[in-house]
Amino acid sequence: MTFKNFSESFYSLLNLNFGLLKFSRLNLTLIILALFFCIPVVIVCGSLFFPAKDIWVHLIDTVLTDYIFNSLALLIGVGFFSLLLGVIPAWLVTMYQFPMSRYLEWAILLPMSMPAYIIAYSYTGTFDAAGPVQTIMRELTGWEYNDYWFPEIRSLGGAIAMLSLVLYPYVYLLARASFIEQSICVLEVSRTLGCNAIDAFRRVALPLARPAIIVGLSLVLMETLADYGTVQYFGVSAFTTGIFRTWFGMDNSLVAAQLSAILLLFVVVFLYLERRSRKQLAFHHTSNRYSPLLKQKLKSSSAFFAFVICFAPLLFGFILPASFLGEWAISTYSEALDIDFYILLLNSLSLAFVTALLALVIALFLVYMNRNSHLFINRFLVRFISLGYAIPGTVIAVGVLIPFAWFDNRLDEFLTLHFNFSSGLLISGTLFILIFAYLVRFLAVSINTVEAALEKIKLEMDEVAKTAGMSHVSIMRRIHMPIMRGSLLTALLLVFVDVLKELPATLILRPFNFNTLAVRTFELANEERLAEAAVPALAIVIAGIIPVIMISNSISRSRPGYE
Amino acid sequence: MNNAIEIKELSLSIEGRQILENISFGLGEIGIACLLGPSGCGKTSLLRCIAGFEELNYGEVWIKGIIASKPNHHLPVEQRNIGMVFQDYVLFPHMSVTENIIFGLKDQRATRIKERLDELIELFALEKHTRKYPHQLSGGQQQRVALARAMAPRPGVLLLDEPFASLDIQLREQLARELRSILKQDGITTIMVTHNQLEAFAMADIIGVMGDGKLRQWDTAFNLYHEPKTSYVANFIGEGVFIKGEVINSIEVKTDIGNIKGHIPHNFEKGKKVRVLIRPDDILHDDDSKVTAHVRGKAFRGAEFLYTLETKNGLYLQSLVPSHHDHPMNEPIGIKTEIDHLVIFTDEEISI
Repeated sequence: MTFKNFSESFYSLLNLNFGLLKFSRLNLTLIILALFFCIPVVIVCGSLFFPAKDIWVHLIDTVLTDYIFNSLALLIGVGFFSLLLGVIPAWLVTMYQFPMSRYLEWAILLPMSMPAYIIAYSYTGTFDAAGPVQTIMRELTGWEYNDYWFPEIRSLGGAIAMLSLVLYPYVYLLARASFIEQSICVLEVSRTLGCNAIDAFRRVALPLARPAIIVGLSLVLMETLADYGTVQYFGVSAFTTGIFRTWFGMDNSLVAAQLSAILLLFVVVFLYLERRSRKQLAFHHTSNRYSPLLKQKLKSSSAFFAFVICFAPLLFGFILPASFLGEWAISTYSEALDIDFYILLLNSLSLAFVTALLALVIALFLVYMNRNSHLFINRFLVRFISLGYAIPGTVIAVGVLIPFAWFDNRLDEFLTLHFNFSSGLLISGTLFILIFAYLVRFLAVSINTVEAALEKIKLEMDEVAKTAGMSHVSIMRRIHMPIMRGSLLTALLLVFVDVLKELPATLILRPFNFNTLAVRTFELANEERLAEAAVPALAIVIAGIIPVIMISNSISRSRPGYE
Repeated sequence: MNNAIEIKELSLSIEGRQILENISFGLGEIGIACLLGPSGCGKTSLLRCIAGFEELNYGEVWIKGIIASKPNHHLPVEQRNIGMVFQDYVLFPHMSVTENIIFGLKDQRATRIKERLDELIELFALEKHTRKYPHQLSGGQQQRVALARAMAPRPGVLLLDEPFASLDIQLREQLARELRSILKQDGITTIMVTHNQLEAFAMADIIGVMGDGKLRQWDTAFNLYHEPKTSYVANFIGEGVFIKGEVINSIEVKTDIGNIKGHIPHNFEKGKKVRVLIRPDDILHDDDSKVTAHVRGKAFRGAEFLYTLETKNGLYLQSLVPSHHDHPMNEPIGIKTEIDHLVIFTDEEISI
């Protein structure tokens, strides 16, 4: 070792120590910040330690069986139909060529942009007794209201249908990614061993994709549990509506929190399922070599069949409801686009933007904290915060409102007592608490995006930059940021759209007289002013298309050899 | 027709691009053939035509006396009774070694499946690994499982696509020889694709050298080296240089390093300007020789040096010399020629 080498490594050693020293104070701040976002879950789980026996006896006697039965029925129904609607089209568009298959490949994702409560009310407006379909039917046949049978949209079955139609894309996405990821070779091998196309699917492709499909299914089930708008609108008593009713109807926040904790238990099960399957995926890697996928061209009748199978979910999950909305919007937009609407739009957009920006900044801090340190507590906290996405908005609202309302009340009491001054609801009545709740739920989105981007920048690259004499800050500014720019924008957009669509937490936590697009849509629909709800609803759907486009772009780029 | 595989005037183009052109050959039962060529020459495409992954534009593929492919007739892959091993093995990651091997053995009695499984496990020495999953195996073990899986249903023909490419270079030749004896023992007709000559020499009864989608020569390793039919094959197989020469009579060519005797194709008349292929083993080092050449380059090969030599009249030659003859650069050393197989081409043939 030459003297120069030696002195350089000695210097870098010093530097490293110095860096750690500087870092630990920052680290403490970040740990406190991270702990802050864990409050809601801790509060909700903590509620279980305060028994409320009387009310539970009452709940068990009356509504609890309903909540459990309906929630389970929703899970089973939505799970089954999203598998059906997700896996088969994913296989067809990956392996075969048929009319429109190139477009269907991404168009099948479009229902994702449709929040469940919006599709629910658009179907209701069209298919319930007073809607155009049944009216025309009556006019054509001369029947009266009770002369005929028509499926009741506002029912458990209807809720299952609505949720399946907008949630199946999760299964589709993961199944398709997995089918694409399986090198075509593995299917070719099975052909040389005597499998025909259906055998190859059944014995090789499907088992290989199973972990991915389970990941997608767990996401669907978590979303199903989290849904409030659809079940509320359809009058189905599920856990989320029960939490609302207990809080606002029975005015019992403790039991609402305890119901939330039970709901959380379900979520944990699906989360566990999801994480375990993701780990399995790592072993299901077939090959590093990819030959281009040559899609088999289907012939007349089977091509038509494949087209119908892939087109139907798109038709019922997006095209039909969107066109109902479009039609209503056209008939009402001249009145709907008043000053109130623009205030609504401004509220929603600025709320979404501020939240997205905050989420991005916090995510950057947390992810960098993880990159530069190997402390277990850091990793654990970041992982824990990323679970927020799985927690239903209702549960987060409960977990946020309880501690802040408590704090506000104590503060108010104290100030009134000693200074004869009332602070009122200092925090819990403001946008702060709403944004905080959004962050608890959606930080995961920005953390995951930023983390994925930063992981692609190898640590060696930092080391190269350091040997070139760059400081931490200039490495971030001149190397990381330019490479990650696209991903940062993605993180911003994804959170932005999620906030725009969010309903239950907003409904509970928004300040008095403060409305957003989602809340207004829901209110109008609940007041049976369906046509008027179309303009804000359509605005949400259009915003929702943005992430769909981004997702479909990123998966088609993800596999080498796949055009 | 007694050949296990018969290819007749096969042509393939994909999306308007000609991949394979007018290929014909036959391979007898229990024969082992190698398709050898640089990457992009079409050798893997040819293998895929035989397997049935590509549909032909022209020509025929016969497997065990049955027509498998011709234009407008295409026997599905799964009905061709072939086994195939892919370049990186592509084991089913969700199945154990045992499950992988018996994958193709459906519709058989359990006892017969067990019998065949045990046989293959023993043949490929996989006893310790039967319950493992692919990600727990080394590259060599994965390769053996892939071979066992392909051979399990006793395919009429076994197709191997660069089966050694993912393995350590030191292992390849040894494995090629081992595999050869296993295949001969099991009596399987095999076609293997490789870009590595030494693998091909170690494995094959017969080798097809391919270039630009054409089959350039279908011959034994010995003949490919010593009697290449085209300058392409001469260049591709082994090492060597072309030097200028002139035909003196029907058995002799005059060159700058002396007259060389050998077989001369009869269409080469006297006085014709030709190029003669000089292999490194044609030039021997001889300290007593009066003819000398200067050492201009040397590459150590273990047992030998490959010297690049410059003769007095400015010709560059290569010579393989036992490595205890360690001569410094630019030193003149004595050489003599000993050419058993005269390989000559006309100037026009060289330029192609």
